Amino acid sequence: MSERFRKEYAGRGLVTLCGLLIIALTLAIGAFLIYQGTGTFYKFHHSLFEFLFSSNWSPMDNATEGGGHVGSAVYIAGSLMTCGLALLIAAPFSIGAAVFMTEISPKWGTRLLQPAVEIFVGIPSVVYGWIGLTILVPFIRDVFHAKMGGYSVLAAGIVLAVMIFPTITTVAADSIRSVPDYYRKAAYGLGSTRWQTIYKIVLPAAKTGILTGVILGLSRAFGEALAVAMVIGKTRAFPKNILSPTNNLTAAIAADMGNSASGGEQNMALWTMALLLYVISMIFIVLIHALGKERKE
Amino acid sequence: MSSKFSINALHLYYGEFHALKNITLDIPEHEITALIGPSGCGKSTFLKTLNRMNDLEEGVRIEGQVTLDGTDIYKDMDAIELRKRVGMVFQQPNPFPKSIYENVAYGPRINGIHRKQELDEIVERSLRQAAIWDELKDRLNKSALGLSGGQQQRLCIARTLAVEPEVILMDEPTSALDPISTSRIEDLAIDLKDKYTIVIVTHNMQQASRISDNTAFFLLGELIEYNNTERLFSIPADKRTEDYITGRFG
Repeated sequence: MSERFRKEYAGRGLVTLCGLLIIALTLAIGAFLIYQGTGTFYKFHHSLFEFLFSSNWSPMDNATEGGGHVGSAVYIAGSLMTCGLALLIAAPFSIGAAVFMTEISPKWGTRLLQPAVEIFVGIPSVVYGWIGLTILVPFIRDVFHAKMGGYSVLAAGIVLAVMIFPTITTVAADSIRSVPDYYRKAAYGLGSTRWQTIYKIVLPAAKTGILTGVILGLSRAFGEALAVAMVIGKTRAFPKNILSPTNNLTAAIAADMGNSASGGEQNMALWTMALLLYVISMIFIVLIHALGKERKE
Repeated sequence: MSSKFSINALHLYYGEFHALKNITLDIPEHEITALIGPSGCGKSTFLKTLNRMNDLEEGVRIEGQVTLDGTDIYKDMDAIELRKRVGMVFQQPNPFPKSIYENVAYGPRINGIHRKQELDEIVERSLRQAAIWDELKDRLNKSALGLSGGQQQRLCIARTLAVEPEVILMDEPTSALDPISTSRIEDLAIDLKDKYTIVIVTHNMQQASRISDNTAFFLLGELIEYNNTERLFSIPADKRTEDYITGRFG
């Protein structure tokens, strides 16, 4: 075999190996999470219903004994509430910013806003958390006289909103940019104002892409642990309102994973929470792909 | 026949480029006026000055006067209002990615018509006027993007008619279509001139001679000749017009 062919095959083998490795790794993580995460149910005989809907969280921290309670509803509710609130805050701002940088002022958009948004993405989450802790938490305490000194769903929601803002903005802006110009021309030609053109034609035409950005942002919010842990208060109780502290899945895992006996009830329950996060992100990815398909059609 | 548009000493610049040079002509009401000339001669640019679509492009500067029924459209008229009176059909059929019904209802809706019954009437009337009602009446809620190119273009005409304009500008409306769809659009244009004033850009000289009442020949941004279509095609006054219509260049 000639030298050229040998190199050809070596190159092809190498990249195939890389591809297979990634696939294998993803599957392995999934398999491991399923193995670890289902221990709660088959080893300690808790029901899925208890895990999802009970708020009684008192697992035994012992490798052999069970008998505690693994109700994670507080953490699940905390994750849902903080992410929901973050989305409520971030989505309108992000879509507004995306419209501004694509339709209203593309020059400013590409020169200033785009780089600014990119910087947002690069800031480590501990920095967001620290800023939240230093500025946001005291602010909420002073303005709303919150009981737990400002640690709250609201603080977590705002920190998460700032963190997912660039994701939604970037994806939404790309999607708006890819709306063909002849739709805009048709709208203007019929006597539409700029706002009517954006609101009735451009945004609906870009909606699947915008939704993809929203889901990407949401999945980032669900996965964030550190920044949330720093401002949420970490109390094991349902929040009474958005000014109360609570806890969420990621912060609970991060707080207790190092202190639980491997294979014990608490450890297994934490793995189940991790599995739940994995399932949620899987659902998001399936949704994004479904949207992508619809967009192509 | 009275003039719908009067254009007087119109100059248009794209930055430094002098795209239209001293254009003066009158466009008569309820007739079809064709604009012909080789690519880049300024005929489409001129068309777009009539509904101020050039406003949307950067670096465009306009001098001179364009009046619609005696009102200066650049000084005394809002571009949005103007475009409701002067509709436009584009070269590429460009229906919105919405249902057939929603495409036609879009214009009335932005003009504040929201009653279902009224919209239904407008949609049916407009589609009938565009001679496409019988083909589409059973699939009004289907996406407009599923139609053929010729159907899409007639839908775009219906969408324009739904706003009840006085003038319809057509920018090479059949250049992307097959011969059968082309002849349908041509028949349609002739039907519509009783109610509307039509200005059509075409690079197809047969089309201009088949359907138009007046023809303007543009070359390198200048209006070379403007006359009754029959006269312009049978006894062109300018040598360059003759060269163009006999196919010696362009």
